[in-house]
Amino acid sequence: MEHQIIISGFGGQGVLFAGQLLAYAGLAEGKHVTWIPSYGPEMRGGTANCTVILSDEEIGSPQIRYPSAVIALNPPSLVKYAKLVKPGGCLVLDASLIDSRAGREDVREIAVRAKEIAEGLGYPQMANVVAIGALVAATGALRMETVEDVLIAKTARKRPEMREPNLAALRAGAAVATATVH
Amino acid sequence: MARELWKGNEAIAEAAVRAGLEAYFGYPITPQTELLEYLAVRMPALGRAFLQAESELAAINMVYGAAVAGARTMTSSSSPGVSLMQEALSYIAATEVPMVLVDMMRGGPGLGNLAPTQADYFQLVKGGGHGDYRPIVLAPDSVQEAVDLTYVSFDLAERYRNIVIIAADGNIGQMMEPVEMPPLRERPPVGSVDRGWELTGAVGRPRRIAHSLNLSPEEMARVNASLQNKAAAIAAHEVRYSERFAEDADLLVVAFGSAARIAQTAVRQAREEGLNVGLFRPISLFPFPTDRLAHLATRAQRLLVVELNAGQMLEDVRLAAGAYAPIDFFGRMGGVLPMPDEIYDAIRSAYPHVGGNGNGKGKRSLPAGMRPLTGSWSERMSLN
Repeated sequence: MEHQIIISGFGGQGVLFAGQLLAYAGLAEGKHVTWIPSYGPEMRGGTANCTVILSDEEIGSPQIRYPSAVIALNPPSLVKYAKLVKPGGCLVLDASLIDSRAGREDVREIAVRAKEIAEGLGYPQMANVVAIGALVAATGALRMETVEDVLIAKTARKRPEMREPNLAALRAGAAVATATVH
Repeated sequence: MARELWKGNEAIAEAAVRAGLEAYFGYPITPQTELLEYLAVRMPALGRAFLQAESELAAINMVYGAAVAGARTMTSSSSPGVSLMQEALSYIAATEVPMVLVDMMRGGPGLGNLAPTQADYFQLVKGGGHGDYRPIVLAPDSVQEAVDLTYVSFDLAERYRNIVIIAADGNIGQMMEPVEMPPLRERPPVGSVDRGWELTGAVGRPRRIAHSLNLSPEEMARVNASLQNKAAAIAAHEVRYSERFAEDADLLVVAFGSAARIAQTAVRQAREEGLNVGLFRPISLFPFPTDRLAHLATRAQRLLVVELNAGQMLEDVRLAAGAYAPIDFFGRMGGVLPMPDEIYDAIRSAYPHVGGNGNGKGKRSLPAGMRPLTGSWSERMSLN
């Protein structure tokens, strides 16, 4: 089983960190993993994306054209990747920033108001964590407990007060995915 | 040792530290800068030398000095920076002192761009600087292999008193993958043992002069002969490659580094669909795995070379295997990465039993970016 995940948004939305979260969790589950960012003359407000592959087998190309899952955190990302998701795949989008939908019959589309949920928790920067919660719940690519452990290790080891808001963000995203009927 | 997630640039830096790197000199350039950044913290913490020079030119000449003084030393850069270093690399080769260079290749020629390419194969493998000399060139295709090759590169450099180059690109430098780090090694300090080339004072031994000026043609010829003997020994002992389904493949894909990773996905897909395709991946670009490739080419019906350039390793493949099998080429230039499906299409098109081109005979259509090889370089280029 191989999950090929592209996470895309504006620079500053935590796109690269969200991908690393998946990669660290994949490693913790003993999977083969690759994480590769788009790199170059990037800046805050520009576009950023990363590709994460989680696999039971050795991974060839770290970049792929047709992902099995996408997180789109801004409108250009939805336009770019909505048509590339593999049939049977999964598309998570932040509905508080994106008005349109992919509308594909063959893809599970999860519109989660990630930024609003994160703001409700008092941490607008956690929209990426909400989206990761939705993706993990929708794809089953990783066990949610593994992602929770890694999330806490990466965000709350030095700042224990960040533990609960992060977990709440992750679970809120997962709840939306679970509630999304397809 | 546990597996940890490492970014390529930082993993290479840590591997060098663990191999006993004593002195690093460098200058920032994307997509290599994290390597220097990592060592800027790590080296002083261990009481070792780190210096960000004012230019690549200065950095490589500092490496020259450190090598002559007996230190385990390295620098790292990306394509334009490595071009700047070529004069000193030639001097270092002539002086026969060991050093390691990491090149995270990017788009070129010129200042180019930051994207991953393999466009500096000729420069790295065929010498780069002036004069007859051959660096050992190692091309990793994963972060783990980058670590392993970096770790061993210092030993190779000292064994042969030769330049060792780690030839990678931004894909390897920027990617994060699980890595098992080798143990930290301590090298006996400079001066505590005599390694045969370092200048530590001639008390108790004949004097030694480290230099690259050989005004007498006879003396120069002796140095040349020494370099050639060394290259022959390296070619005999240091060939490295990796194979997948290569032994019985009808179509053998040949690719190195990042291109091989992309090709690996395409080869696997073709295999799953019943095509008898294999992958041959040179790891040492010098010494090139000529004999092994020639052997495989006598069995394969066709070869397909895949590179992130206009066809540079292709020339070495043709020298090794051109007499035994027809060779196709698929290349992408400028940092435009091919996706696995494009290489898959190239495989389908080149496959001996598909598209009416059995055993390489007959007409066939080629996907964009792929060209049939002819005898003439200009003919090949005009097809692009």
